[in-house]
Amino acid sequence: MFLWTVLLIVLMAGIAYVAGRARASGMVAAGGARLHSLPSYHGLFVAAGAMIGGLALAILAAFVFGAQSFMTPVAAVAGGAIGAAPLYSRSSLDFRARNAFERVVLVVLIACSGVAVLTTVGIVFSVLFETLIFFRAVSPIEFLFGTHWSPNGTPASFGFVPLLAGTLLITVIALVVAGPLGLLSAIYMAEYASPRLRSVLKPVLEILAGIPTVVLGFFAALTVAPLVRFSGESLGLAVASESALAAGLVMGMMIVPLISSLSDDIINAVPQALRDGSYAMGATKSETIKKVVLPAALPGIVSAFMLAISRAIGETMIVVMAAGLAANLTANPFAAVTTITVQIATLLVGDQEFDSPKTLSAFALGFVLFFFTLVLNYIALRIVQKYREQYD
Amino acid sequence: MNAPTAPFQTYITPPHPRALSNGKFKITASGVDVHYGEKHAIKNLSIDIPDRAVSAFIGPSGCGKSTFLRAINRMNDTIPGCRVTGDIEVDKHDIYDPKIDVVQLRAKVGMVFQKPNPFPKSIYENVAYGPRIHGLAKDKTELDQIVEQSLRKAGLWEEVKDRLAQPGTGLSGGQQQRLCIARAIAVNPEVILMDEPCSALDPIATAKIEELIDELRQNYCIVIVTHSMQQAARVSQLTAFFHLGTLVEYGDTDEMFTAPQEKRTQDYITGRFG
Repeated sequence: MFLWTVLLIVLMAGIAYVAGRARASGMVAAGGARLHSLPSYHGLFVAAGAMIGGLALAILAAFVFGAQSFMTPVAAVAGGAIGAAPLYSRSSLDFRARNAFERVVLVVLIACSGVAVLTTVGIVFSVLFETLIFFRAVSPIEFLFGTHWSPNGTPASFGFVPLLAGTLLITVIALVVAGPLGLLSAIYMAEYASPRLRSVLKPVLEILAGIPTVVLGFFAALTVAPLVRFSGESLGLAVASESALAAGLVMGMMIVPLISSLSDDIINAVPQALRDGSYAMGATKSETIKKVVLPAALPGIVSAFMLAISRAIGETMIVVMAAGLAANLTANPFAAVTTITVQIATLLVGDQEFDSPKTLSAFALGFVLFFFTLVLNYIALRIVQKYREQYD
Repeated sequence: MNAPTAPFQTYITPPHPRALSNGKFKITASGVDVHYGEKHAIKNLSIDIPDRAVSAFIGPSGCGKSTFLRAINRMNDTIPGCRVTGDIEVDKHDIYDPKIDVVQLRAKVGMVFQKPNPFPKSIYENVAYGPRIHGLAKDKTELDQIVEQSLRKAGLWEEVKDRLAQPGTGLSGGQQQRLCIARAIAVNPEVILMDEPCSALDPIATAKIEELIDELRQNYCIVIVTHSMQQAARVSQLTAFFHLGTLVEYGDTDEMFTAPQEKRTQDYITGRFG
């Protein structure tokens, strides 16, 4: 029935288009005067009416009679006719169908962006409400400041600080790896590499950015983690088999392409006139980059880093596989830690009842995570706005 | 003056230009060719440019005057596919000699661009940039002095002395261009190349820059590219007319604007083409 409904709506729109166009052309032949709009605009305008009317009535019928009822396609046809008829009769020599269709386009565009925004708002609110339910069972103070996390223990405890610490530790390690690597490779690509080399390097880096994180995750767990452990032990350090360092290193490699690709675009956007000005003073290339290009590109680079940080904080698969599940509150990169995202994943894997504090805590974690990335994105946006047009 | 080389005849106006008579040349070029990839932008160009004078390059767009200007401090090096052959000497030193330090050359031959391009830094830092990278000041006091002197020479000091810490990009267009001139002066150049320095400015700001150019002539060798015939007539002692990559006519500005030797020069300065 669904397929029939869709087909019938499209058919109604097609008929409306042809009819509307034919009526408009017919008026020219009869009157001899010129139409305000081309006949196809009259057709499009009527077709839009048929489409909207058909959709509206079909959705209504689906709710009233059920989507499988034969009433749905019938309603689609009826709605199409009802939607098209008044528009069809409006058409006249000086009817401005071209301008009227402009308004139809505007409404369609607003509706599409409205769906995206409303969905996001809906997700935020659903997470928020579940979080509030969770906070009926566990006090927010205990959640935000507790230093012990064991949702499966008896009694269960939901102190979120170890998760935050683990998340921050891994993010910091990732940034320490990816910041210099990404930025310096961006400088190389933007300022030193020949255009030919750059046209090869940049797509390759962007392919790296497209490696599924699950693949990077088992690479971290099976290759990097043992390597870190082995090299740590040969230096006489105690390294857990799943360490924050291994996860952070691989996560750093994950965000290198992100940082370098964004920074490269930003450095390229710095006007050549500024570089020329510096060269003409007798500055060398590296002096120019250090003292003119990078300061000019700084706001953009900061926002690239902020995006990379949000990406790292939200990353799950690498940490699930390489960092472990133990909620240790430690700053030792060789210890196993766990992150907010890992706990959300483990809390919701398998059969769950959806009213226990254990499951609901995932929503609270999700809300906190969302809040963190929101704040980071907001800061990045403000930095960019504040310094954006300084060199224009 | 180098002997004009066939087949590109250069006319000299008048036969013995006053501005060239003392024979103190800062820049001498002979047989210079510049290619951008396939394009032959400058063809066998020879010219002598005197010290302590303003020489104006005029000519229609695409005639190679800016290209030649940028060849004098090797700014063309930054353009991929650009080749310069022939001989350009500044103070009798071949500037395309592989042994020459381009960085030192550009400190000696400064440049002011068409569009004001202050760095996104404070007014003070814009001027201090050059002295800092070349280590011209021993301490902060000395640097302050250099900044003040440069801004005074550029006629900007009185307007900005109370807001040196504010961004240079916040100044008006004319002030920005004078800031760029101050920035160029701050590294003690001997030659200042100006590539249409007033084309983005209003007439009042233009008048100020022209006044400044006339003062700077006492101490520097100045070469200015301009599209404004009146500007060339007002500020320069020597004028060179470029056309299709060749130097057509070169000589004393007043003579050239009253009695050009070549028909193309006359047509151009009277506005009949270009």
